[in-house]
Amino acid sequence: MENKQPSFYEEVKKDGISRKDFLKFCATTAALLGLESSSIGQIVKALETKPRLPVIWFHFQECTCCSESFIRASHPIVANIVLDKISLDYQETLMAASGAQAEDAYKAVMAKFPGEYIVMVEGSIPTENEAYCCIGGRSAKQILEEAVANCKAVVAWGNCASAGCVQAASPNPTGAKPVHKVISGKPVINVQGCPPIADVMAGVVVHLLTFDRIPQLDELSRPKAFYSRRVHDTCYRRANFDAGLFVESFDDEGAKRGYCLYKMGCKGPVTYNSCGIIKWNDGISYPIQSGHPCIGCSEAGFWDNGPFYQHLPSIEGFGIETTADKIGLGLGVATVVGVAAHAVVTNVRKHREITNAPETTEVETPKDK
Amino acid sequence: MAERIVIDPITRIEGHLRVEIEVNNGVITDAYSSGTMVRGIETILKGRDPRDAWAFVGRVCGVCTSTHSLTSVRTVENALGISVPANAELIRNLMANALYIQDHVVHFYVLHALDWVDVVSALKADPKEAASIAQSISPWPKSSVGYFTDIQKRFKNFVESGQLGIFANGYWGHSAYKLPPAINLIAVAHYLEALEWQKEIVKVHTIFGGKNPHPNYLVGGVPCSINIEEANAVNAERLAMVGKLFEDAKTFVDQVYIPDLLAIASFYKSDWGAIGGGLSNYMSFGDFPTNGYNNPESFKMPRGVILNRDLSKIHEIKADDPEQIQEYVNNSWYEYSKGDKTGLHPWEGETKFNYTGPKPPYEHLDFTQKYSWVKTPRWKGYPMEVGPLSRMLVGYASGREDYKEVIESTLRALDVPVAALFSTLGRTAARGLETKLTCDWALGFYQQLLDNIKNGDTSTMNNSKWEPESWPKSAKGIGMVEAPRGALSHFIVIEDKKIANYQLVVPTTWNASPRDPAGKRSAYEESLIGTPVADPKVPLEVIRTIHSFDPCLACAVHVYDENGSHIHELKTY
Repeated sequence: MENKQPSFYEEVKKDGISRKDFLKFCATTAALLGLESSSIGQIVKALETKPRLPVIWFHFQECTCCSESFIRASHPIVANIVLDKISLDYQETLMAASGAQAEDAYKAVMAKFPGEYIVMVEGSIPTENEAYCCIGGRSAKQILEEAVANCKAVVAWGNCASAGCVQAASPNPTGAKPVHKVISGKPVINVQGCPPIADVMAGVVVHLLTFDRIPQLDELSRPKAFYSRRVHDTCYRRANFDAGLFVESFDDEGAKRGYCLYKMGCKGPVTYNSCGIIKWNDGISYPIQSGHPCIGCSEAGFWDNGPFYQHLPSIEGFGIETTADKIGLGLGVATVVGVAAHAVVTNVRKHREITNAPETTEVETPKDK
Repeated sequence: MAERIVIDPITRIEGHLRVEIEVNNGVITDAYSSGTMVRGIETILKGRDPRDAWAFVGRVCGVCTSTHSLTSVRTVENALGISVPANAELIRNLMANALYIQDHVVHFYVLHALDWVDVVSALKADPKEAASIAQSISPWPKSSVGYFTDIQKRFKNFVESGQLGIFANGYWGHSAYKLPPAINLIAVAHYLEALEWQKEIVKVHTIFGGKNPHPNYLVGGVPCSINIEEANAVNAERLAMVGKLFEDAKTFVDQVYIPDLLAIASFYKSDWGAIGGGLSNYMSFGDFPTNGYNNPESFKMPRGVILNRDLSKIHEIKADDPEQIQEYVNNSWYEYSKGDKTGLHPWEGETKFNYTGPKPPYEHLDFTQKYSWVKTPRWKGYPMEVGPLSRMLVGYASGREDYKEVIESTLRALDVPVAALFSTLGRTAARGLETKLTCDWALGFYQQLLDNIKNGDTSTMNNSKWEPESWPKSAKGIGMVEAPRGALSHFIVIEDKKIANYQLVVPTTWNASPRDPAGKRSAYEESLIGTPVADPKVPLEVIRTIHSFDPCLACAVHVYDENGSHIHELKTY
């Protein structure tokens, strides 16, 4: 079949989407990405003229929660159009073809669009024995290496592809590794979380489509737009933390009033994600809002940073008059009793990023009770 | 002469499934099912805090998300002797109901429909005819001529673009597609509607569990608190949203899913109502307690086993009986310390890898040896089918009025005998009928929750055994759940406050497993025998039956110090 590659706008126009709705979509997209209103024009122009990007989406050692999250993207126009209109040429959960016909689909993309297609990966890659994950008789590693050789960029969906997730938890019986430890020479965008928030996934795709570049990444290759703020710093219960109001046991009086879940083991102080800003499933709620402490699912190695409900030391002698940043940072460090040391360093660095503080910022460490 | 055909990957499922079939004169004469991915989650759980297990096992599957977490908290509560408050039970039921509805609708439209619906044929439909049919079978408002004209135009443009995306290389035009173009067009429209709608009902999980996929659970209750005078808890606004989500779900199921199911079934009943029956043993653990999880007789969904399709007798299940549920690894890539022909009760279960298959890349697996990462479970030595068909049959055979009503009215509407249930189409229909029952149950549980709150009961957590100091030195527990895909059970052994052993026996393990030491096939393999195949190179008939089980392979297989240089920003890429 001839390949005309219509632009995104041509596609939506054919689908009966009005120009007004299209512009509204562009404005929403800009807001979602945290862009200035002057960028809307750039998005409009990009979506009007860009051909659809061919995408190959692999599933390796995973649970399909990333695919499930992706189809939850909240604006209908995102679910119905971005999802289909990126030309999702291989996606095992959604595609019609099976077996040889399925494999032919991604091979055709590799042959037809060298250097042009995006590889998206859901799941980790076993390295202890490649036979721990095979598709069509070939190992995950063989399939990934071949597909990545001529791709434009790689999107690593979720904690599995970004950091190995649950199967890489101690003792990591299959030698599960994230994408960036298996391949080299290509940009890898780690879209963290277990799973990532649906609108974050859609936001990353739109960013790639619109600006023809990968978003700015932090040093763990996560897009800064969605992973530069601690859950703790954007939590609507933060005021309770600052005021020393804590849930002491589940469903106690404090819980019924929405006090801070810090003492129940909340990992918000060491977790970078957009849960408090974008929230989940069309902005309905997020774990803390629904009464459960954050388990830190967008951080590498979070499974081994537990136990999840470890009671943290009581913090005495602080109140609303102490600056929130100081307490937040100090407690961040206290939380790391049993948390990998690199997380502490990350906190200090993030503190400087947020406050523009000088390199010499001192960190208070409360006494362990 | 037999022809060996490999279908790998089987798509539109969860996980990695390979099926190899032997075809003789256009009919499948043998079949092998292999799970080709493993993660070892049971090994990872050893030594951890039992209260954390729900989060680990939750990540076994993101499609039937929450179902393993629910099973896990029940397992730990069973081991430690914890009863959860009535409201926690109701909220868990509501979350499980929401999952059933979302999962079954997504399965029918997104994972299964393309086996019955020819998307390309829909392009030839007359939108007027589609509108007329749609209006005759349902009051669903999106049924105008203009609506179907737009949908058709949208797909026409899509096909003409040449970038077919997820529809590329489908089996369009295959002789096994039977629907007239107008029905295909209606189904294509509802495929898109279902994809958009499914993200709504999961908000029940977000309200009570904070997110979806992978909402939060808690040993002893549920994490959310109820306080109708507080913004930061489950209050009237949150409850009203839950009520609306379930009412909308019931409307979608009654006006879209069920009419489509009946319309499609009426064109396939003569052949697919007799193909793909497979095993004749059906098992359901039962679920949706109305008077505590420890009273199975109070379940909305009854528990029991049917043997040899004898609907006059229900056999009792005792999961803690070491002779009833056993797992074998004779044909699975594991080894047992007492020998691989032994069956082990899950409390004694072992998960030690022993890959003996070919080194990838490979063309074929050797089926005279081990050939799958899925273990082989048996009930009293019998292979069992689990899932919606088993549940509907157990409910029907138990004489439950609500089951009898939906089953008998459907059989009458399609003018088919009860025996038609034992088929690929029967399995697909059972899933839809169950969704209808689930919507009604959910609205009932919702009302009970409101009544409890009105009467002053807002408790959602039993903290009496939260602290490990209150636990015995050693404990064993079993948790059973009817997951959307079938009977699911977890088994735990706790020693010194830590997990000493954790085993999962999941629905797809029952259905997708390799042969047992006696050579008996499990459900997938058995269901393919006798299936006619028009063109062995095009496996439409095979995936039709396999999809009717709704495979979930991640469930079935037992489950930073950065040195690399990262590219932080590229202006172009």
